[in-house]
Amino acid sequence: MTARTSFPSAYDLAAPAGAEAWRDLYPYYLMFADNRRAEEDGKFWFCDSQHWPNPFKPFDAVTVEFAVKCLGQYNTRHYLVPPANGVDFRIHNGYVYMSPVGVAPDDIGPRVPQFMDRAGHYFMNWNTLLDQWLVKVKANIAEMEALRFDDLPDVVPVDWVKDGVGLDNTVPLSEAYDKAIQLLYRTWNYHFEFLNLGYAAYLDFFGFMKSQFPTISDQSIAKMVQGVDSDLFRPDDELKKLAKLAVSSGVAAHLQAGSVDQVLAAMSGSAAGKAWVAAWEGAKDPWFNFTSGNGFYSDDKYWIEHLDIPMGYIRDYAARVAKGDEIDRPTAEIGAERDRITAEYRELLDADAQGAFDGKLGLARTVFPYVENHNFYIEHWSMSVFWRKMRELSALFHRAGFWENADDMFFLNRNEVRDAIFDLGMGWGVGAPATGPTYWPAEITRRKAILAALQSAPPQPALNTPPEVITEPFTIMLWGITTDAVQKWLVGSSDASKLEGMAASPGVVEGRARVIRSANDLGLIEEGEILVTPVTAPSWAPVFGKIKATVTDIGGMMSHAAIVCREYGLPAVTGTGSASSTIKTGQMLRVDGTTGEVTILSAA
Amino acid sequence: MTAPLSPSLTAQAAMIDARYILPFEAAQEADHPRMGGKCASLARMIAMGVPVPRGFAVATDAYGAHLAANGLDAAIRAELAHLDTHNVTDEEARSQAIRRLVTDRAMPGEVEAAIRAAYALMAPGDDLPVAVRSSATAEDMPDASFAGQQDTYLWVVGADEVVAKVRACWASLFTARAMSYRADHHLGQIEVLMAVAVQEMVDARSAGVAMTLDPINGDRTKIVIDASWGLGESVVSGEITPDNFTVEKVLMQVQKRKIAAKTHEIVADPAARRTIDREVEADRQSQPSLSDDEVIAVAQLARRLEKAIGGPQDLEWAIDRQGRLVALQCRPETVWSQKKSAPQSFAMGIEGVLGTLLAPIQKKT
Repeated sequence: MTARTSFPSAYDLAAPAGAEAWRDLYPYYLMFADNRRAEEDGKFWFCDSQHWPNPFKPFDAVTVEFAVKCLGQYNTRHYLVPPANGVDFRIHNGYVYMSPVGVAPDDIGPRVPQFMDRAGHYFMNWNTLLDQWLVKVKANIAEMEALRFDDLPDVVPVDWVKDGVGLDNTVPLSEAYDKAIQLLYRTWNYHFEFLNLGYAAYLDFFGFMKSQFPTISDQSIAKMVQGVDSDLFRPDDELKKLAKLAVSSGVAAHLQAGSVDQVLAAMSGSAAGKAWVAAWEGAKDPWFNFTSGNGFYSDDKYWIEHLDIPMGYIRDYAARVAKGDEIDRPTAEIGAERDRITAEYRELLDADAQGAFDGKLGLARTVFPYVENHNFYIEHWSMSVFWRKMRELSALFHRAGFWENADDMFFLNRNEVRDAIFDLGMGWGVGAPATGPTYWPAEITRRKAILAALQSAPPQPALNTPPEVITEPFTIMLWGITTDAVQKWLVGSSDASKLEGMAASPGVVEGRARVIRSANDLGLIEEGEILVTPVTAPSWAPVFGKIKATVTDIGGMMSHAAIVCREYGLPAVTGTGSASSTIKTGQMLRVDGTTGEVTILSAA
Repeated sequence: MTAPLSPSLTAQAAMIDARYILPFEAAQEADHPRMGGKCASLARMIAMGVPVPRGFAVATDAYGAHLAANGLDAAIRAELAHLDTHNVTDEEARSQAIRRLVTDRAMPGEVEAAIRAAYALMAPGDDLPVAVRSSATAEDMPDASFAGQQDTYLWVVGADEVVAKVRACWASLFTARAMSYRADHHLGQIEVLMAVAVQEMVDARSAGVAMTLDPINGDRTKIVIDASWGLGESVVSGEITPDNFTVEKVLMQVQKRKIAAKTHEIVADPAARRTIDREVEADRQSQPSLSDDEVIAVAQLARRLEKAIGGPQDLEWAIDRQGRLVALQCRPETVWSQKKSAPQSFAMGIEGVLGTLLAPIQKKT
């Protein structure tokens, strides 16, 4: 492969065959517009396939819109992060490309006092504000849970008429939808209230350690900061508890009864079984608001709606418990190891640096629980409720004849859904057929074909000419995109049997590759395989008990995959760029999570 | 690894002439000044429970007694009185003359008897190969760069040879190079005392050095190991390019392995009672001289010493043909440790975060 110095321009990247009309699916303000070419080509854009690995259904674009807009506002308008505004973003051929927006050099200085005042207040009052955050987020979730999307009745309820309400049933329906979108918008505002500052404080400790020990590994630094217990591990811990309870109370055999309903029925035959069912029901809310995806897609499967997923994991865990395996995470050992390495690195520092170490590590440890925990409250719990409510609405339309499949609403963008609600209500109010049933089925079929075509072509890793050195802090912090990484994308690999990525979790193992492109294929993973995937979600936790190592295309030291692998003591190499397309299921691999090297040892 | 090679010598202490002989295992802290730096380091390691080949120090008093006997002291002083360290020819001639005096004058009988008795305790059959090395006193070894200027004799067999090599070590105090060094550093020439280490030879399969920091950048999170086939002398002398391993010392993980073509090795020739420098067979040249487990074992040993002694260390080690790891020498690392870094100041809290945002560190992938 010959070295190149630039990535292609979006304007030269044609749509894959069959997807020519993809621009119909997304908002006008997310396009690379022809009349802005000079400006857009002058910027460097990288593809965020870490969070959005697959082309968006039109509705699902709301996640990138709200998330990345809210990320930006905290830099630009809340805290006035001196050198960095937000991250601009575009959709092209179904994938999202990001371009951080810097601050003009002359404007950086004047922002400093504002930053010190505003961000300083957060650091000073972190835990108080975070307690407040949890209250806000839970209240937001409760409001979403309370939303109702009821079928329109034949007539307005008579008591509404007699009470003089003066409204019809389409009013609460359209208001509930608007409310859902507003609550989602709030969700993503809250998501970034602490995140940018949390990462910045972490990076400050990171930079300090690198200044003291030029070659200290990223994972050593991460290990000192990372929490031993995070709410992110709670759902998996709940499954383990249920598995152990089933074994210890002698009802584990009922887990084999068949479907979830059959298991629960079989359990209900005994007092011990009833106690187990009660424990199962108790764990569901909130801990089964957990997805095997990453929360950004309407087709992410949440446990609470797919109880066969947690039940299957419980069955696996129970079998291991019965065999005498230890299934709990070794939290005491992990805690002791964290203390040990912290003490050892500290001892290696000069005396004058030890005080700085204590202070910076202290701040990093104060902020880091948010970086880990928010994921459960936002991506899992909040998004679980949001997507469930939207599916309820979609099903309502489906019953009204708007589309063929219950979940087809996600082929409309969020503003078209608003139109569709009016269309439905207009037909209902006028007493004439709504237009939707004769308009949307064909349009949805057309859009499905476009999406299928978009999915056939992988994204470019980046667009246009990269800067010589990447210094933008959020690009480095949140996406792990560095000068080196971009150079590697440009050059490609000369040795096809070797891939390099980030040494994300230590250890060396050899084993058989299992390439997984979607959470729906997680069931294919067999004991002792090496998981190879574009990106993992921490909620894949139960499969980490089965696999030997993880290799991802995307993600840095602090990607959720890296965090979970370290927690489970599995080697991990993240951010290889192309492992999931280079490696085939069945190939023997050597994964060195200490050096970041993946070697393909033999053919499938 | 395995148990220390050295069986207890303390039970036999009665047979040792404590005036002149200090067994490593029995030596106390108070004895260290009489043992020289190298022997003291070995004794200290043994006290920590580190596996070290057994042996003894011929104390500085033995050298002192030798000087005092037969007018040797006065004869050396007579030569030194006219020494001109700026005249290379003169210095070399006087060096040779003094060294001849040291090696040729009769050794006091009780000193020689003490050495022979100590060796006999280790080698009842008079056939145990030992290394005889000079062990300079601390005042004479202000930094490691001076270490190794005195002689080392490998695979010495039999009491006669041991006695001869002890004298040779004493004489090595008066090489031209050593005398110049002392003159340059304003150290007395004859006031310097020397001990000698007599230590069981390790028939090394692999050997080398380990530093508890990265010599390239002083990074203390690393242990860097050079290793090659055979005795460590080929590594120490720089005659071959050794394998080079980098270990992260806190996580105890091998992070880098650079395997070199190790063309030569120094190994024992037992029949000839000497070591030979021979070519390594082609297929073994590029094989790693240490397995990953052995790399970690060496690193753990170095780390243990660093922690116990306090501060970066420079360790010589060997693995014998049974796979047993032993420490041969340990001394403080001098290059980075003596660099006085300017007092550092750090922006803390929000100021620190601000600094990081303004100049983010380049994360290496």
